[in-house]
Amino acid sequence: MLTRDQAAEIFSRIRKYAAADELECLFYGGRSALTRFANNTIHQNMAEENYGVSVRSAFGGRTARATTNKFDDASLQEVVSASESLARVQEPDPDLLPIPSSEEAQGRYSPPSNGAAAPEGNKLPSRHFEETSNLTPAQRADAVGQVVAIAQKRNLTAAGIFANSENIEGIFNSRGLSRWHRQTSAEVSITMLAGDSSGWQKANSPDIAKLSPAHLAQIAAEKAAKSAAPREIAPGKYTVILEPAAVLDAVGFAFYDFGGLAILDQRSFLNNRIGSKLFGENISIWDDVSHPQQSGSPFDGEGMRRSRVQLVEQGVVKRLVYSRASAARMKQSGHAAKVGLVETTGHGFPIPNEIGEAPMNVVFEPPQEPKTVEQMIASTERGILVTRLWYIREVDPYEKIVTGMTRDGTFLIEGGKLVCGLRNFRFNQSLIEMLSQVEAMSTPVRTSGEESLDMVVPAMKIRDFNFTEVTKF
Amino acid sequence: MVDSTSAMKELAGWALNIANQRGATYADVRVIDERSRALATKNGKIGNASDSRSQGFNIRVLMDGAWGFASSAELERSSVEATAGRAADIAKASARVKQSDVRLAPEKPVRAEWTTPYRIDPFSISIEQNLALLETIDRELRSVQGVTLAETNMNFRREEQWFFSSEGSDIHQTKYTSGAGYVAYSFAGNEIQKRSYPNSFGGQWQNKGYELLDELKLVENARRIGEEAVALHSAEQCPQGVFDIILESSQLGLQIHESIGHPIELDRVLGMEANFAGTSFLTLEKLRTLKYGSELVNVVADAREEHGPGLGTFAFDDEGVPAQSTPIISNGLFTGYLSSRETASLIGLERSGGTLRAESWNRLPIIRMTNISILPGETPLSLEQLIASTDQAILFQTNRSWSIDDKRYNFQFGTEIGWEIKNGKRIRMLKNPSYSGITTEFWNSMDAICSRDEWTLWGTPNCGKGQPQQVMGTGHGASPARFRRVKVGSAYS
Repeated sequence: MLTRDQAAEIFSRIRKYAAADELECLFYGGRSALTRFANNTIHQNMAEENYGVSVRSAFGGRTARATTNKFDDASLQEVVSASESLARVQEPDPDLLPIPSSEEAQGRYSPPSNGAAAPEGNKLPSRHFEETSNLTPAQRADAVGQVVAIAQKRNLTAAGIFANSENIEGIFNSRGLSRWHRQTSAEVSITMLAGDSSGWQKANSPDIAKLSPAHLAQIAAEKAAKSAAPREIAPGKYTVILEPAAVLDAVGFAFYDFGGLAILDQRSFLNNRIGSKLFGENISIWDDVSHPQQSGSPFDGEGMRRSRVQLVEQGVVKRLVYSRASAARMKQSGHAAKVGLVETTGHGFPIPNEIGEAPMNVVFEPPQEPKTVEQMIASTERGILVTRLWYIREVDPYEKIVTGMTRDGTFLIEGGKLVCGLRNFRFNQSLIEMLSQVEAMSTPVRTSGEESLDMVVPAMKIRDFNFTEVTKF
Repeated sequence: MVDSTSAMKELAGWALNIANQRGATYADVRVIDERSRALATKNGKIGNASDSRSQGFNIRVLMDGAWGFASSAELERSSVEATAGRAADIAKASARVKQSDVRLAPEKPVRAEWTTPYRIDPFSISIEQNLALLETIDRELRSVQGVTLAETNMNFRREEQWFFSSEGSDIHQTKYTSGAGYVAYSFAGNEIQKRSYPNSFGGQWQNKGYELLDELKLVENARRIGEEAVALHSAEQCPQGVFDIILESSQLGLQIHESIGHPIELDRVLGMEANFAGTSFLTLEKLRTLKYGSELVNVVADAREEHGPGLGTFAFDDEGVPAQSTPIISNGLFTGYLSSRETASLIGLERSGGTLRAESWNRLPIIRMTNISILPGETPLSLEQLIASTDQAILFQTNRSWSIDDKRYNFQFGTEIGWEIKNGKRIRMLKNPSYSGITTEFWNSMDAICSRDEWTLWGTPNCGKGQPQQVMGTGHGASPARFRRVKVGSAYS
């Protein structure tokens, strides 16, 4: 692994070649491996190791970036030259801020959202686990073997992945800022296929000890078996119970609109809506990198400390997240009085970029009276249980209508019980309406899907969810 | 940076030797040096200005009937040999969970050199000239009252790849990709509308040089695009119901991508992508029996240079198979899949169709679309003539949203703008248009397609597939076409 000391030495060499007024270097990379299986066979199995440095040069209002994965002197000279060449020819941007000092980047500390005491030194608990990074191909294969055995025992076919990685993220700048983060990650995703049905489960964690491929396989197999011979029912508005992965992948489309620049650009569904009650009173949402079930680095693309921010309080959108530049621009704009507290929150992407910032560690606040999925089913006279959503895309950016499909385990509920599997539906659903129609929630859990960043989200029981079509399976 | 062919060959030799010593029955090595540039503006300021260079290699080994793959950016001998050893260890682990041994369809080894045909090296154009063009477009867009956000972009990529296999292939390919486009947004009342040119999601992309940008007439169209974005606020909402529809060529290109290109991928058909991208309704018994579309539907998967400068154009795929043209739909009949050496062997094809590609040096190659194109009509027919011959329909232009189920049956597309056609004329603009359907029903409803003059080879630069996910560029040639009795407007129902 690239160490902080090695990165510091590379940064010092880059400084020697740099002529820019200011310099910032991002380091990234790591080691990763992924075992992929399908048809009860490991069919793809890979490992990679790669590290890079991304050099940002700034000359009085002009800035650009160049990246290389080679650290020899010639390559570093080349990357500095490329960065400076791109920057020098630009028209100066009066809004471009000087790079932050180490003191500025420390920012204010916000306590974690779980009510726990602040970790010593205001640092995150370690997200690096040796057992995760040391996982071998043979260990992954043996775990896949267990999954396949569960499939074969029930006459099913298994497909999925078992992956582990160890990554670094670092930033150094010419004003003395130096930040470093390393973390591990393990991930398991399993699809169980039957003749005319399927089931799915996915989980990830920095700590491999928290994952059980066999347990996930059992649940996925049960879903595949229970949804066999799916019935077709007419599309329409139904009470649905979305399992956490389905909630995650749907609501994930909302959060890029919670950045200050999205408001300034007038491309956010929150334009003219901040401070108003947009969602149900039972919806409160935070961005909190320090949450024990979250992951990721505690600093943003400029090295600024990520603050804990309450985005939504009892259905009211309270605050946005900001990079330094967006916060500065927002304070000068006509929106400033209407968007709540405006301050740098440490959510900026590396500069230059077109997005500005976004919440990357979303955490839903636990409901006052959490219900399990089983309790939600038991309380539903007629409804639909959804395991997972798929191919979600935005249909309307201001009403926040998204479309997509159900997948891998969709069930009819009648009289408080699962009755049978259903053919999959297409939905066209406003996320604003969806989060206004939540009747019950489970305790939020770390959840991984395919369309959104990992979040801590609950299962939700939602009324009048809008299914518009049904497909052939 | 290592930069000579002989050095690459030596490097590959170190890796292949280790694979051979460990007992691999097959191995291949790809060494890649890639360079990219991204420039963008946003409301008169620089949105992006970045260069990137990445170099590395991988080795794929077949051992004990199973695959192993490892990659590294370190090109010294010790690292190369260690990486090859890692690939062998991984293959050995893979062999612990298998139902049968992997077999590869035969392929003759090749020694070849190939470079994307181009007139102007995109990296030879000064940054000042590039930014000046984007800034001119940006000014044109924002000169329209009501445009609240203007974004422009320009992207170039050069990928040099050396491929060596244990069977003796030695292939050196250099590919150039260029792309450019822009978008105007207008926020008013309770509505965000946008218009993009020449296409959404980054504009038009092809495997060619800077000459692409000269062909696109970017500045000439900017004001119209800005005006249309604003005018959409006053347009009527697209109606709901069953209508005849006409898709302009970029939207038809994406329709091909989603409802033909993905379901014909043999890895999906065989269940290899079941956990993420999904499977396919095109099960094996449907080959040469399924009436996929109407008689007018003729689709090819063509990676050859003569098909045009698509994002799926190359001389050899990433396991050394020559570029080919495969008939996919012939006069409406389903006639072919996208295949690799492994999947071709599994279904008894004599040879791979040559579609295995990887995003970069650190990803293993998987089946990807090449240029999946619908052939133009043989009878001369322009878009205006098609409209003139249509009593009542809705014309859909420029994709805004796209979604399809994991077997590729049910789809829904939205476009940025629609036009109501009545008695052979465009009579009014429509906002928020969408249409949906079932793949085979839709393609069987096609009753007209414009001829070669209206045919464009579009680039889709953002196709995601695989685990870890890989993003790949694919090409889609299309002319505008008409479809009868399609469900319209359900996105807003």
